Amino acid sequence: MKPFQYLRARTVEEATTLYADHPGARYLGGGTNLVDLMKQGVETPGTLVDVSRLPLGEVRELPDGSVRIGAMVRNSDLAAHPLVRERYPVLSQALLAGASGQLRNAATTGGNLLQRTRCPYFQDLSKPCNKRAPGSGCGAREGVHRDHAILGHSSQCIATHPSDMAVALAALDAQVELHGRQGERTVAADAFHRLPGDRPDQDTEIAPGELVTGVLLPPAPAGLPSAYRKARDRASYAFALASAAVVLSVEDARIRYVRIAFGGVAHRPWRARRAEEALLGGAADDAAFSRALRAELAAAEPLRDNAFKVPLVRNLAHDVLTRLAAAAPRH
Amino acid sequence: MATDAFRSDVRLTVNGTVHEVTVDHRSTLLDVLREQLGLTGAKKGCDHGQCGACTVLVEGRRVNSCLLLAVAHEADEITTVEGLHGPDGDLHPLQRAFLDRDAFQCGYCTPGQICSAVGALAEAAAGSPSYVTDPGTDPAAPVGLSRDEIRERMSGNLCRCGAYPHIVEAVEDVAR
Ligand SMILES: Cc1cc2nc3c(=O)[nH]c(=O)nc-3n(C[C@H](O)[C@H](O)[C@H](O)COP(=O)(O)OP(=O)(O)OC[C@H]3O[C@@H](n4cnc5c(N)ncnc54)[C@H](O)[C@@H]3O)c2cc1C
Ligand code: SF4
Repeated sequence: MKPFQYLRARTVEEATTLYADHPGARYLGGGTNLVDLMKQGVETPGTLVDVSRLPLGEVRELPDGSVRIGAMVRNSDLAAHPLVRERYPVLSQALLAGASGQLRNAATTGGNLLQRTRCPYFQDLSKPCNKRAPGSGCGAREGVHRDHAILGHSSQCIATHPSDMAVALAALDAQVELHGRQGERTVAADAFHRLPGDRPDQDTEIAPGELVTGVLLPPAPAGLPSAYRKARDRASYAFALASAAVVLSVEDARIRYVRIAFGGVAHRPWRARRAEEALLGGAADDAAFSRALRAELAAAEPLRDNAFKVPLVRNLAHDVLTRLAAAAPRH
Repeated sequence: MATDAFRSDVRLTVNGTVHEVTVDHRSTLLDVLREQLGLTGAKKGCDHGQCGACTVLVEGRRVNSCLLLAVAHEADEITTVEGLHGPDGDLHPLQRAFLDRDAFQCGYCTPGQICSAVGALAEAAAGSPSYVTDPGTDPAAPVGLSRDEIRERMSGNLCRCGAYPHIVEAVEDVAR
């Protein structure tokens, strides 16, 4: 690992100033992804600006009923928070589906959003990778890509985003709060991660030096049905092959509200907007779910070794929709 | 050792003893525990947070010490397997249960398993859910630890000898 300077920020302002004053700096959250990538030589910062002790460690309800999550809230604390468990079960479940108890105790909300892909070529300096070394090629396209994308990939990059949490945030219409030298702004969680296009090195819409300060969840009534389901190669402690986050409200046998996001299938959490549009206002039954999910996945472009993900993600989403519909109050 | 741009003095409280050490910023907490403080209980398995052999408790919470930079843990209270015993040297109930249940073969993953179990029991007692906890469970109540709960909560610790059935029994003994 390359030697580096270590600086601890006490305020948000100080963090962004330190970053700006030290070219090649990186923010350090829990370090569970960054330190790993530094060991592998993928990240070689000259300076680490430790933001993990910034006073952004709270989950709080705002007067309008929305819930603000500080960027330094640890994944385990967020998953266990009563407000999250009662109103946003999909978020609690997605967090608990990720990593291990030890890692969730260290991982921060901001760091989770900004974790890098687990594509093995990205992590191996001896291999070509357009995300790590733009222009070097994509090792995965003709290589090992069973875990890679089926939706929205480009000739440059076929990687997936590994976060489970981000999939739930996309389904919840959350906002990501950013603080930079130019001031503050918010970006919809759903638009925060990018598709690779011809800039696979850019995972997200964040600008250099911008700090994630929090995530805002829109108001949700206690008991709004939502859930997360994840398929992986072992029962626990593995990244998603595919996953589905669903929020569903059924009244008088009609779908009044529906949000669906897929994980493990694209360079970003995949909001299934076509499926949502097809379902809204209609019946919450098997035939409707099947039609809507098939319409969404008509856009899938599976690679040589990952066509299995198309029925996998369809079945996961179908199952979660069915379970949530069954739990809906009957009229 | 002098400090410079790449090294700092840090104060770490490990198993109740305060240590003042100069650390290279690149040093993980695991490396400092093992190489500078002579505490070799926490093990270096994969060194990438994938196996759990390096698990220790920081401020009472279980974490992978191979992914923590020591310099970032200035003033934190750290407990390793060497510090779990009681005041008169009695084994911690989990250490006792691992012996009684023969919950290991080569023993390499054991310190991490035990520290992880200590953390997992505290999390369940505090009401923290796991992926297999019924979402309808009262957030204020402690979570009862079935075998499925124990397996899920201990999934961050791999055992290459496959001693899992006995590890689950040992944790179950103490959870009861
Ligand atoms: C073995 C293993 C298994 C895992 N399994 C899963 C899984 O199944 N599902 C899953 O979702 N995740 C999984 N993870 C990934 C884990 O969730 C992430 O490593 C973690 O969430 C990252 O958070 P952190 O705070 O440690 O980030 P860090 O490592 O500190 O930072 C990650 C990146 O974000 C930047 N950053 C951090 N905080 C901020 C901020 N506030 N503003 C701007 N930039 C910031 C850093 O500079 C860095 O580039 C796994 C990790 C490991 C090691
Ligand atoms: S899929 Fe993306 S991350 Fe993986 S090798 Fe290709 S360019 Fe790199």
